[in-house]
Amino acid sequence: MSSTQHETQAAPAANPAAEGGFEPKIIAFCCNWCSYAGADLAGVSRLQMPTNFLVLRAMCSARVDPEHVLRAFAKGADGVLVLGCHPADCHYIGGNYRTRRRIALLKMLLEQYGLDPDRLHLEWVSASEGVKFQSTIKEFTEKIREMGPNPLKEAEKEEKAEKAKMAH
Amino acid sequence: MAKVKIAQYWGAGCGGCDVALLDIDEKILGVAEIADIAFWPIAVDTKLKDVEAMPDKSITVTLYNGAIRNSENEHVAKLLRQKSAIMVSFGSCACYGGIPGLANVTNRKDLTDYVYTKTFSSVNPGGVKPQTKYQAPEGELELPVLYDTVLTLDDVVDVDYYMPGCPPAVSLINTFLGVVEKHVKEGAPLPPKGSVIASQKTLCDECGRTKDVKTVEHIRLPHEVEIDPKKCMIEQGVICLGPATRAGCGAQCLQANQPCRGCMGPTAAVMDQGGSMLSALASVFKTADNESQLSEDDILQLMTEIKDPLGTFYAFTMPKSIIKRKVSERKKAEVSQ
Repeated sequence: MSSTQHETQAAPAANPAAEGGFEPKIIAFCCNWCSYAGADLAGVSRLQMPTNFLVLRAMCSARVDPEHVLRAFAKGADGVLVLGCHPADCHYIGGNYRTRRRIALLKMLLEQYGLDPDRLHLEWVSASEGVKFQSTIKEFTEKIREMGPNPLKEAEKEEKAEKAKMAH
Repeated sequence: MAKVKIAQYWGAGCGGCDVALLDIDEKILGVAEIADIAFWPIAVDTKLKDVEAMPDKSITVTLYNGAIRNSENEHVAKLLRQKSAIMVSFGSCACYGGIPGLANVTNRKDLTDYVYTKTFSSVNPGGVKPQTKYQAPEGELELPVLYDTVLTLDDVVDVDYYMPGCPPAVSLINTFLGVVEKHVKEGAPLPPKGSVIASQKTLCDECGRTKDVKTVEHIRLPHEVEIDPKKCMIEQGVICLGPATRAGCGAQCLQANQPCRGCMGPTAAVMDQGGSMLSALASVFKTADNESQLSEDDILQLMTEIKDPLGTFYAFTMPKSIIKRKVSERKKAEVSQ
């Protein structure tokens, strides 16, 4: 991924000052067989995209436990992408079907927790789809930028303030 | 020979844990033989100032039940921690927040607004709300501060052992009291600090029901289906938290033909009980063989069979879940202001 990271650093962030200085932090889980290779292709093809994301490689998108996604949000991620092989294309035959069910249910759960369910996004990116990887990152980063920071960060700050107030 | 000194206190709980201690039947007489009750408001007339007068660490074991919901819960938890050698987080509320922990889907303001002004039976034209301080002719009166977020016991004090369950199973209480007795009488070693006094496995391991097809077609509430007492609950369409819940309770609910609701909390290997249940349940939905042809909307439709993921998967563990409480998205306009 080093080439991708290096190249993408060249892309200027879209006017951060106008957005109140908010730069989204995005975690992108990529499956080893399709999406990670797709991300690599985007990199070696020198496709330009925002640098707000960190890639985490999992052997399969179904390895991305709901706990991993929840933890990413709890640790301050503003958006989480889960990228896997297209339906009928999974290296493990049916892993991506499980992913898709879990992500659907997880979105329902996030909404109940008060988070915008669109902060979590599932996309199929094959090893040959470097361009799709690029467009997914671009669109998702823009969407999260529009949405604003993860409200869990704010809630944590408020909680700390209340604790400090009570200590007096 | 020195007697064991026991204290039990309730925070935000229902009192069921206090009663659970009496559920050990005639063994309670044995407890009275080896132990003195230092403090137990539900059963014995001792006051907080009596506890304050005790030397530090003079209580052998405190069983603290209930979540930390207000400043009084926290104050007593800290006091008992100071006075006790062993602090046990007793019951689901103390360990994971329990049922009172579900208040984390709302907040202090909405909650008090609703309770004091909006229920059908509220008659409160002045909009009177409880205050933490009130100047009465006899002097100043105080009420504890209600917290915005329900906390667990280990959020406010150092906890030595955890005994989950709503309430903890009699067999687990007996085992634990036996260990403490041996420790005091014979100097036998205690379990490592932080131990959960329960099994390391999942409830499915303890449950005697047969698992056969391992799929589910439609979700049903327990009263909507005639439950076969020998078959796996989930296969019958009833959401049972067994696959994501720690064993140790002896699968009592399942023996009474009711599904597990997860009071024993997450298993040893995971942090988030709801997350593991979500994973397990989503995977076992039965679809036609053409799953590759289904659209994302079809899948979403399939998942709407589960009406209330948060309330179902986190019925006992919301304050100990990874996200802990409900938050609200601010609109972008508000953020930039």
